[in-house]
Parts: sequence; C-alpha cells; structure tokens
Amino acid sequence: MHPFSYTKAADTREALNAGRSGGRYIAGGTTLVDLMRETVERPGTLVDISALPLRQITVTERGGLRIGALVRMGEAAAHPKVRTTYSVISQALELSASAQLRNMATIGGNIMQRTRCTYFRDVTAACNKREPGSGCAALEGFNRSHAILGTSDQCVATHPSDVAVAFAALEATVHLLGPDGKERSVAFADFLLQPGSTPNREQAIRTGELITAVEVPALPRPLRSGYLKVRDRQSYEFALTSAAVALHIRGGVIREAKVAAGGVGTVPWKLPKVEQHLIGERPSASLWTAAAEQASDGAHPLQHNGFKVELLKRTVERQLRIVGGDA
Amino acid sequence: MSPQPQAAVGAPLSRVDGRLKVTGQADYAADRPQARTTSLGGTPIIQGVVHAVVVDSSIAVGRITAIDTTAAEAQPGVLRVITHLNAPTLPYRDNAGSNNPPGRRLRVFQDDRVLFHGQPVAVAVATTLEAAQHAASLVQVTYDAQDSSTDISAPDNPTNTPQTYTRGDAQTALASAAVRLEMTYRPARNHHNPMEPHATTARWDGDQLTVWDKTQWVIGGTQTELAAVFGIPVASVRVIAPFVGGGFGSGLRTWPHVTVAALAARETGRPVKLVLTRRQQYFGAGYRPAYEYAVRLGSDGNGRVTAMTHDIRSETSTYENFAERGILPLGQTLYNTPNVSQTYRTVPLDVNTPVAMRGPGFATAAYAIESAMDELAHELGIDPIELRLRNEPEADPSNGQAFSTRRLRDCYTTGAREFGWSARNPTPRSTRDGDWLIGTGMATGMYHTLRAAAQASVRLDADGTALVQSATIDMGPGTYTSMTQVAADGLGLPMRRVTFRLGDSVMPNAPLHGGSLTMASVGSAVQNGADQLRQQAIQLAVGDEQSPLYGADANSVVVQSGRMYVSGDPSRGETYERLLARNSRDSLEVLGSYSPAQSRFTIDAYAAVFAEVAVDARLGLVRVRRMLGVYDAGRIISPKLADSQALGGMVGGIGQALLEHTVTDHRDGRIVNANLADYLVPVNADVPDLRAIYLDGEDREADPIGVKGLGEVVLVGVAPAIANAVFHATGRRVRDLPITADALL
Amino acid sequence: MSTELPNSPPPPAEPSQAPSRRTFIAASTAVGGAVAAGALVAGPAPLGAQDAVAADGPPNGEVSLTVNGKRHTLTIDNRTSLLDLVREHLGLTGSKKGCNAGACGACTVLVDGRRVNSCLTLAVRLNGAEVTTIEGLARGDRLHPLQEAFVEQDAFQCGFCTPGQIMSGVACIDEGHTRSADEIREWMSGNICRCGCYVKIVRAVEQAAAGGK
Repeated sequence: MHPFSYTKAADTREALNAGRSGGRYIAGGTTLVDLMRETVERPGTLVDISALPLRQITVTERGGLRIGALVRMGEAAAHPKVRTTYSVISQALELSASAQLRNMATIGGNIMQRTRCTYFRDVTAACNKREPGSGCAALEGFNRSHAILGTSDQCVATHPSDVAVAFAALEATVHLLGPDGKERSVAFADFLLQPGSTPNREQAIRTGELITAVEVPALPRPLRSGYLKVRDRQSYEFALTSAAVALHIRGGVIREAKVAAGGVGTVPWKLPKVEQHLIGERPSASLWTAAAEQASDGAHPLQHNGFKVELLKRTVERQLRIVGGDA
Repeated sequence: MSPQPQAAVGAPLSRVDGRLKVTGQADYAADRPQARTTSLGGTPIIQGVVHAVVVDSSIAVGRITAIDTTAAEAQPGVLRVITHLNAPTLPYRDNAGSNNPPGRRLRVFQDDRVLFHGQPVAVAVATTLEAAQHAASLVQVTYDAQDSSTDISAPDNPTNTPQTYTRGDAQTALASAAVRLEMTYRPARNHHNPMEPHATTARWDGDQLTVWDKTQWVIGGTQTELAAVFGIPVASVRVIAPFVGGGFGSGLRTWPHVTVAALAARETGRPVKLVLTRRQQYFGAGYRPAYEYAVRLGSDGNGRVTAMTHDIRSETSTYENFAERGILPLGQTLYNTPNVSQTYRTVPLDVNTPVAMRGPGFATAAYAIESAMDELAHELGIDPIELRLRNEPEADPSNGQAFSTRRLRDCYTTGAREFGWSARNPTPRSTRDGDWLIGTGMATGMYHTLRAAAQASVRLDADGTALVQSATIDMGPGTYTSMTQVAADGLGLPMRRVTFRLGDSVMPNAPLHGGSLTMASVGSAVQNGADQLRQQAIQLAVGDEQSPLYGADANSVVVQSGRMYVSGDPSRGETYERLLARNSRDSLEVLGSYSPAQSRFTIDAYAAVFAEVAVDARLGLVRVRRMLGVYDAGRIISPKLADSQALGGMVGGIGQALLEHTVTDHRDGRIVNANLADYLVPVNADVPDLRAIYLDGEDREADPIGVKGLGEVVLVGVAPAIANAVFHATGRRVRDLPITADALL
Repeated sequence: MSTELPNSPPPPAEPSQAPSRRTFIAASTAVGGAVAAGALVAGPAPLGAQDAVAADGPPNGEVSLTVNGKRHTLTIDNRTSLLDLVREHLGLTGSKKGCNAGACGACTVLVDGRRVNSCLTLAVRLNGAEVTTIEGLARGDRLHPLQEAFVEQDAFQCGFCTPGQIMSGVACIDEGHTRSADEIREWMSGNICRCGCYVKIVRAVEQAAAGGK
C-alpha cells in the first residue's frame, strides 16, 4: 500500500474542501482499502466521510425512498421501510458479500465499487480500466465471470454490485453534492458508465463530488419485488447472473414492470424490452418465458462466458415467475 | 501383562487444546513474536522482529535482465532488498530424505532464471509490515520473457518417462468384452488453501538458526532442508511449530519462502517474519495437480469387469518431477479385475511443482474409477452397489496377498441401510422437487495405511503427572488430544495429568504429518513409551520391599488413576507418587519407539460415500442435500474428533466436486483466481447436515494400536459420489471437475 | 507507572543506523480509573531506540481506541489495518489474517458491537471506537457460552479460523439470525473454515443461542 495522508472530515464543508484539493473519499472502505493493498488504487489523501450526516433513510414526499449514502448495506437491508416496500433492495443487499462486509460497506460506496475483473486487480496485467491504453487482458483471457452486455473492445469487466441492479431496475436517482456546494441529481441509468473507449471512466461523477443519497422513486402499490442471484457457491460470492424484478399487478394484469440484470453487463443491465413485453399482459408461465427470451438481446459472449447468454434468460424467467407467480 | 483398562481411548472427549483455540491463545507461525507462555508451548520471546515481503515474477519463463531497488530501499524503515544480484551463494546440498521430488529444486535468488509465474525474485525487509509491503511493490524488475507452456491439455506436450503396471492382457480382454466403455476425466488443479497462510519467523543466534514455521514435518522436512540449503549441520537448525492452521499437504515440503525468511534474517541480522499473501499461496506452495485420466473398461453382461486400462497424465514443473505415488494403487487393488494396464505420465510445464494434497493420488483415481464404475452400472442396468459387490476381491488382486481387514461389504450394507438406498429409483432424472432434480450417488473410497518409524519420550514426574513429547504436528486432526488419550490409558493416568507436546525439532523424531500415518506411527510410539514406563514403575514397585506390591507378579499389575494394583486384588497397590517419593526419584523417563514391520498383508482403509444432490433443472446449480460416509478405518481413538475429520473430508470433497479450480492463463502462466473470492471453497451455506459412521473394529496387523488412518480416506470417494449423484439427478454425465452450471445448462 | 505520552519527545535516534525510523509510539491508559499494566507493549515487537523516530516517516495519525476494555492511544502508520494493529502492535494475535482481503472472515472482530473484517479496517479511522477481539470474550477464566459450545461441539479442527468464527457467531446471535439452521448457515457464511467444520459450527451457534445447552 502506498503511503497516504488521512483526514477525517467533521462536516460536509470540510469534506468538500478536502475533496476539491484532490482528496479521495472513503466511507466503508471495503473496496478502496482492498484495492489500495493491491496498489490498484494509490490515493495521496484519504478523506474520511464517515462523520457526515448522510445516514438517514427517509420516505420522500412523493412516496419514494431516499437512502443516505452512508447508510451501511446491512442497515439498509434491515430497515423496515426498505424491507416492506422494496424487498428487491433488501434481498439484493443481503445476498451480497458477508454479514461483516455489509456492516462496513455503505450504499454510496457500493454503487461506486469497482470491478472484480482479475486482470484489473492485478497490476502486472494489461488493463485499460486501470491503465488506459495498456490493453485488455480479459478479452482473450479467462473471462468466465465477465460481461456479455455493454462491452467494448477496450473492456469487458462487469459491475459487481447487486443492489445497483435493484436500483437500475427501479430507476433510482443518485444525488450528488459538488465541491461548489451545488446539488445535482443523475438518473441511475446515466450514473454508471459503459466502458466504450474510456473504461477508466466508470461513473458520471465529477472531481470532488460527493454522493449524498440514492433515491428510489415511488411505484404504484401493491408492488411485488425480489432479487435472484445465481452463483456457483451458495453464499459469499459475486453473481454469475442475477435478476431484479418488481411488478405491479392489478386486476390480474401487469401494469408496471421493472427488470434489470446483474453479472452480465459492464453496468447493471436494465431490460426495457423484457419490461415492455410484460406490461398489459396477464402473468403466466409462457409470458415469463417469452419475456425473458429477450433478456440477452445484443449479447456478445466471449470464449469462457457463452453460457451466460442462456443462463441470463433463464435467470430472468425464473425471477419473473418467483415474483409474478406461477399462475 | 494384564491389559490396561481403556478409559480415554474411544471416549468422545473434547480437544485438550480446545480452550487455547477458542480464546485465541494457540500460537501459529506468524503469532510467534509475542511473548507468551501457554500450557502447551512456552516458546521464547523474539525481540525486534522485522518484516519481509516477497516480490514475485510476473512472467512464467525467461530471464531477469534488471532489477531496480532504489525506490524500495529509499523508503523509510526499509532495511534491505535482496535479489539474485546481491544474495550470497547458498550451498543447496541434496536432501534425499525429505519430500523433495527428483529434479533440481528452485534455488532462491541464485540466478537470473525464471521458471514459473510467481517465482520469488526479491524480498524487501523493513521494520514495519507496511513499509516492507510498500517497498516490495516498488521493486522494478525487467524481464526477457520467453514463451511458456502451462496447459496440460495442449497437444504435443513432452512427457517424462511413464510409470506402468500390467496384469493379464487388457487389450485382448477389452476387445472381447461384451460391454466396453471409454471415458476421459479431467479433474482440475486444486489448491490446499489452509486458512493459515504459509508463514515463517526466522532468527539466527550466531550460527544457530531457529524458525517458527508452518510445516507438517519439523525434522525430516524443514530442519533437514534448511540445513541442506544453508550448508550447516542439522543440529544448528531448530524448527518450532506447536500449532498449524491446516495443511492438507501444503506443509509437506519446505517451500522457497522459508529459505527467503532465513536468508533475510541472516542478511539483516534481525529476526524476520515472513507471511505469504493469500495470492502467493498459489505459487509459493504446491497444489493437487490437474489430471487427464482416460479409463477404458470392459465387462461381461453381468457386470463382471474383465479389463480396465488407465492412461493417466498429470502436470509437474520443468525443474522437478512430481509423480503421485497414490495414483496407481486404486486401479490395481480396488476391484478384482483380471486384466489391468496402467500408464502414468507426468507432463513438465512452466509451473511451480505440485505436492500431495489430501488423499493424494487416490482421490483423483477414485474420481475417475468410481465415475467409470457408475457409468458401467448405468450401462448395464445394475445397481451401483451390486456392481461393486460383484467385483469385490477376496485377496489383493495385485499381489495375491490377503487383506488384513477389508470390510467394504459392511460399509456398503450399512451405508445403504442408513442412507435409504433401497428407495432409490435407478432411472436418471426421475425425481423432482419443484425446480430441483434430485439424485443420489455413491462411490468407494480407499487409502493405503502408511506407517513410519516414530519416537516419543514419556516422563512420569514425582507429582504423578506425565509429559509425553514427539516432534509430530497437529494441523487439525487432534494429535494433541489423541496422543494424550493413548498415553493416559497406557500410563493409567487421567487425561488431565498427561501433557502431550509436539512441533519442535528438539523432540524425539517423528515422521511427516500427512498420509494419515500420524496416529498409527506416533500413536504406536506413544503407546510403546507409555507401556515401557508403566512396566518400569511396576518393576520398581514389585521389587521394593516397602511397596504393597512387593513380590507381586508384575504381569498382574495394572494402573488406573495413577494407582498401581494387582488386577485381581484392587486393594493391594499404591500410587505412582508414593512409589517415586519413597524411592527418591524425581521422575521416570523412557523413549518409546515404533518401527513398522514388514507385513504379509495388504492394509488399507475403506469408505463408502453416499450423496444426495439437487440440481436446478434450468439454472444448472448443484446443491448437496445430504451425505453419509461409512468407514472401515480400524480402531477409532478419538471418536468426537474422528467425526469432525470425516465431515471435514466431505466438505473438502464438495469443494473438489463443485467449486474448486485453480485457473491458469496459459498466455503467460498467470494464475487468475489466486484469492479466496475467486478460488471458491465451500462456505457454511454450501454444507447441509453430514453424517459419518465408523465401523467398530481394529486392525492389529496395521500397527500396535489397531488404527488404519483417517485423514485421507474420508476425502477419497466424496467427489465421485457427488458426480454420480449429479448424473442420477440430471441424466447428464460431466467428466470435468468441478461440475458447474456451465456444463449443466 | 510511566507511560510515554503520544506527544512526548521521541527517544534519541541511534546514530549508527541511519536513517533511523520511528514507527510507533504508544501509551496505554486504563478505562475507568484502573491503571493498565504493561503499557508499552507496542511496536512491531519492542524495537528499542534503534528504530526511533524520523521526521520523514510515512504519514501517520494518532488514534485513541478501546480494545477489550483497555484504552490505547497510539500514533500509527495510516496504512495500518486494525488487524495488523492488534496483531503486530498490541500483541493480540488471536485475530487471524487468512486473506487480508475480506474474503475469509478469519480477522473478524467487533467494532462498536458490530462484526467487521478487521483486515479492511484502517486503524487510524477508529478514534473512539470500542473493539472486541477473541481475547476479550471470556470473563476471566469463564469462557463465553459460544466458546464453550465450540469446544463441546468440536466446531473446529486446526483452530485458525476459530477466533473469527466465534466473533462472527457472537454477533450472529446478537443480531438474532439464529432462527433456523439455514439462517445460521447463511449468516455464518462470511467465515470460511477449510477444515470443514460447518456442521458443528452451526450446532455450536445453535447451542449458545439457546442459552447454553
């Protein structure tokens, strides 16, 4: 680990000042410290933001949820409001990492977490995300865990978060506070960036900007939702594929459908075609199958992850059935 | 001599070192520097320990053309960066008695050659761990890289001279067999991944070297190897390892980092602590090699296997030829097949050298053979257990010797009954539970009973307590506890009055702690020592005019709770304490020993393993629902601990079958999943309720205490039982391990 | 008793070893008025004057935290993890380093009552924190019920993951994630046991959660 100076911000102003001068924010630290130890990350200054007042979960005026950036994953998952109104968020969180890590990692840090691509994490390997222009060792390397959607010839790394898949499905908004004190909001779909030709740019966040909250919009009730995570090991592993599904069914008809997939995209992968296929239809096994058939549209499988094309469809199909019922 | 009452042996006792382990007081190799006295250890304080961090090569083959250590050495706290450019020449004498395979072992920092990805090329030593880690990351190494070959499946790999075995005429028998099957199985490379990373703390006191090391063999392994590497007398090296945080074979050799630690300590004049990172475990120590195992099998229509051929290839390094001793016996001894031919080739690759891993060879062979037998059972429509019974030999088919004890039939019968095998619908893909396809499978396990010469000192003190010592290891099976049990019964003392110590090269010699031979070997030495000492005390008593036992027949005297008495007349006796006090003896001491005798018998431990799995019909996920192992392992010294060991073997087998796979990027020999997030081992949620049954019994032909070894046999057979269950669940035969969703979609 | 205060002047550097480095200063004070013994057990083992301070050492910070009821005020390298702090500086080697990457749980300790991976926790961030390690669980000679249960159930073999398992299990019970064996399995999955003692770990947690036997 490279040496760094450390400062703990007493309040938001202090944090922003330090951020403006190039300080790197640290919240839970579970990704950052890990990557610093691998020398993938080499910040000169760490700005500890854990004392900032960003730890509330509140119901918004419109009936959505605003989750403070520093709410820990475990707290968010267990929060009664989250559990009862957006079980997809609770489930995604509780299927992530371990109880210990969920006690440390925060919501803001979670969506900022960096890929698990083995070549990214190994500073002796070529990686355009870590070192632009050095190449992508994963393209022709061992890429079983890599993305089939949203890839480029520069990068095929997946975004590893689970809860970000739920946020993508639910069309959340990320609230940011700039070093100039100005707030702005970015739609979740625009917040995490596909690699394109600049895989080193991962989020639509500006230097010194602080995530203050993630807001989940109100959705019509009743809302059934849930998260399915497919992985080799039963726990404590990143997803091979995953699906976040939320359905509003009234009068036997699907009125709203929110669907996104994880483990397959360079960013959490929203599935609008699947959603459109569902809306206005009556739940049925054949509907789930037909809708999920489009989940992998546009996929570019690599040598070792071709199975994800089919697995993704089946994951989405299964989760539609789990949430929407067998009827 | 009257048999001693058995009180401790066979009782379900808790570990004697349990309290230390649950309070964090058990000291492992990297825990040494702290001053602490434990009831088991009492190790010296190490003053002024500094830290060493190894720099690994980032190429597989080639030469180092330059190393720039300037930035590293400029870091605050850095004492030294050692590379081949400034390292002293080390003698690296041969060490024939160790576990070094044939070849020329890797010599750290002795030249500019790189032989595998991850080879140590430098070490940074600093006063703090943080400084040493940072300095290591600043060492700039420039290479002239050459093309590397790391893929055992690549065509045209050269191979080392094969080992072969033949009986009968397998080719002819195959040609005339009613049923012929031909399959190739590919079990992946596995890493031991003990939870404790390899670690060494080294200190020189003049010419004397002391290391606190994670090792499974303090004397024959680490002590002799360090003496050979540094060209110093064996007596100048002391190796201490009172606790080892798992090994599974990874501690059976002295890996390069041990030399690095000792070298760094000598060069800096400071005690040095070196702990491999988890990543470095993957190339800093050995692994279970990947295999290609081709089986051809011929049978008549009734399931009598007439011929089996085994064409086996495993990976090894270019500098050492690691050929697994255990890969061939199963194919020769498990079934009564008249025509057998085996060819075993190792493939030298640009990788580090493999080493034995739990159930070495046998586990791999069992996966192939027991899968093949399951395929045959399915082909013939014969129940898998029935098929095995039809091929069960009466004597060892490889040499005609009788088996000492072989109770596989009992294992099958007991297992079938307890598992509910008779309720099984033999048709694959016939049982469903919602989204899950349910299948059951079984397989046989076997491991040869190894024994080696061992010694143990036994001392009885005037206060009626005993100290027993042997330079063996406890990497988890419970050596501390089981040896205390044997000694307690042999001496006629309660457990709490006996202390067993291990893990120090100054103690009486013990063989490597592996191959399931510790209980048989060290246990027999302990028993011998305890018997000798008891006899000595009894002789003293019966010859002592003031003893109530004076004149008694020594052979009629037994000892219980520290009191010697005539077995038919319990009132006639006295305690050890009284005897020693009256005779002004501070203690009695003997050296117990054991040397394995040549046997006319074939001696093996056996297992029948049963597994039930659920396979998600659409998602391809495999979940083990329940498992049962039934073992013929001879006498069970410590039932509570033996149970834990069996369940642990099943968990290891679940990993081997469904999760574990060391992945190498063959472009440059890099291991791409060298961490515990990507190299998957089972977690708690993967493991259902497991059950183990040990058949009552003993095998006095094996060794004086009647044990046949546990640690290996409980793993062998687990992976094929699971693989067979997956086939039964899905109708799909996967011949690669691990079996993952990719193959089952 | 003499304790070296964080701001006291550094001991003189040893001239023969240049550049000499100060890596660490510690002062140990007691919580609740009692005087702590063995104040200066700090440092990467006692290094003495030869490793004394240098102005150009790595960036460090002062932190005051309570470990197992004992207050420590220390100046530490910013890079030092909580795990390395307790192991290398406080001599509490019960917490283990299995992966140093949050992937095994062997380093699990409680910080302010919550289980965390101490390997991914920077110690300099823990001002005012209360840390409990495996060494702080027993009350004198009386083991914590979960420690007793681990011994009785034989929920370990090599023992290396055991401190982390027990700390995690204590938290698991406190959190109430013990309503079924499956729930325990899931909530104990952040602690890898390579010896494969999971069945018995679950039994031990069940036993302790049920209040002993």
